[in-house]
Amino acid sequence: MGELFVAKADEIGDREGRVVADGDLEIGVFRLGDEFFAWESDCPHMGGPVCQGKVINRVTEVLDAQKRSHGFDYVEEDVHIACPWHGFEFNLRTGIHPGDPNTRLRGFPVEVRDGDVYVRI
Amino acid sequence: MVDDFKRTYGPIDDWTDSRELLARARQQADKRNFDDVFIVDIDSHVSDDRNWPEIMDYIEDPVIRDAASAFGDGSKRGAFLNSTPGLQWQNVWGRIPHGQGLKEPIEDDGTPREIVLARKCIDEMGLDYQIVFPNALLFLGMHPVPEMEVHLATAYNRWLVERVLPEDPRVRAMLYLPFNNPSAAEETVRRFLGKPGVAGFLVTSSRHKPVHANEYMRLYAMLEEADQVLGFHTHLNWQDEYTSQLNRFISMHAISFVLCNLVHLTNWVINGLPERFPKLNVMWIESGIAWLGFVAQRLDHEYMMRTSEAPLLKKLPSEYMRDMFYTTQPMERSNEALLAATMDAVNADTQMLYASDWPHWDFDLPSVIWDLPFLDETARRNILGYNAARIFNLDIPEKYRALAAE
Ligand code: FES
Repeated sequence: MGELFVAKADEIGDREGRVVADGDLEIGVFRLGDEFFAWESDCPHMGGPVCQGKVINRVTEVLDAQKRSHGFDYVEEDVHIACPWHGFEFNLRTGIHPGDPNTRLRGFPVEVRDGDVYVRI
Repeated sequence: MVDDFKRTYGPIDDWTDSRELLARARQQADKRNFDDVFIVDIDSHVSDDRNWPEIMDYIEDPVIRDAASAFGDGSKRGAFLNSTPGLQWQNVWGRIPHGQGLKEPIEDDGTPREIVLARKCIDEMGLDYQIVFPNALLFLGMHPVPEMEVHLATAYNRWLVERVLPEDPRVRAMLYLPFNNPSAAEETVRRFLGKPGVAGFLVTSSRHKPVHANEYMRLYAMLEEADQVLGFHTHLNWQDEYTSQLNRFISMHAISFVLCNLVHLTNWVINGLPERFPKLNVMWIESGIAWLGFVAQRLDHEYMMRTSEAPLLKKLPSEYMRDMFYTTQPMERSNEALLAATMDAVNADTQMLYASDWPHWDFDLPSVIWDLPFLDETARRNILGYNAARIFNLDIPEKYRALAAE
């Protein structure tokens, strides 16, 4: 077990991340409000640099009471990271793909000490 | 890493250097020792519209060449092209930046951008050869002005042969056949056959021309005689009556990229073209492979009942399909048993060829073939490179030759 220094906590803005590397092990650490989440930047699809992707909310389709569609909307509470290689999305809080619970990222514990963010590996 | 490029690990956007973008592909290549595996990428599209103004200078008709300046605010960018909605939608609204083409700045030392981008990809993925094809021409078979197909294709072919291919022997091209004009297609073969770097000839499949029409027999005979590969490269068509009902790119792409090759392959087989041109190497490009199991069974099923409608055939349609060639990308693999059965149905060991389709949104890395648990090592090496070497007559570097003999 070891740990990697990521950044000063106040250097990472809300919905932003940093990728740190230890050899081939690459980990993305993201901030959502006051919480931090760390995921291996190794996409289960084809090994892409998922944590260097775009942060974007989950998309939903709006249906009315008669089940008629009224287009798309973003889901406020579900923030995703989209893998830049082919677009697989993962919930930044859970690491889970919205279309398949078995497709998920490997997580790591994050610790904030004295205003510094570390990830345990 | 193969060079001293330093990664930033920063957010990937439209302008990210492809060495950053593909750094993890390089890691995969190192872990699998791909530098000891002969790998040919049959289909990549590293070009973008930045080359287009230069290509316009190769148009041979002086009036059309001049007229190119009327486009793109005088820059000639996009001149005469009939792009339709679809290709521009590849990036899933910004989620897959390279899906819209590689926009990274490169140092201008006179090397064509196409070569610079191809080299980066070759190095990062661990390839030995890459066959390139332009994005811009994928629509051209549907151009409302038929002569424009000839003007643009000839300019592009000349630009490739005169300017791009001499720069790097690892970069090869299948040249565009202006198929809507059979005699111009024949002229393309006559003119460019045997030029350095020309790997074969290609028809873009998004068009409404039946491949069995009598006007094409001379073209096929020429290609067969010259031992050339004839590729059918699929593409979208969102304006066909059926596909125009599909309201999402996902639906249109899933269907349209298969539909055109499904039609052309069916015509090819049922009209007995494999019997007429038994030595012609025909290749179906970028439709994935899941459709092959369907069409092989479907045609066999109907052929047994309606043999009189396909009198030139001497064996089952699926048996002719086992003599043709298929690129693997985008390789559908969510159901491994189906994938294995499909590969078996068309003799993948000898008939399939790896393609990346880089930098399109659904590109495949060589690892998708290498990691298939049901293929033995000989089959993997064949699909990744040796099948291509055989039919494109590519030189296999010395270090791989012992394995190639297997
Ligand atoms: S590698 Fe992440 S989506 Fe393909």
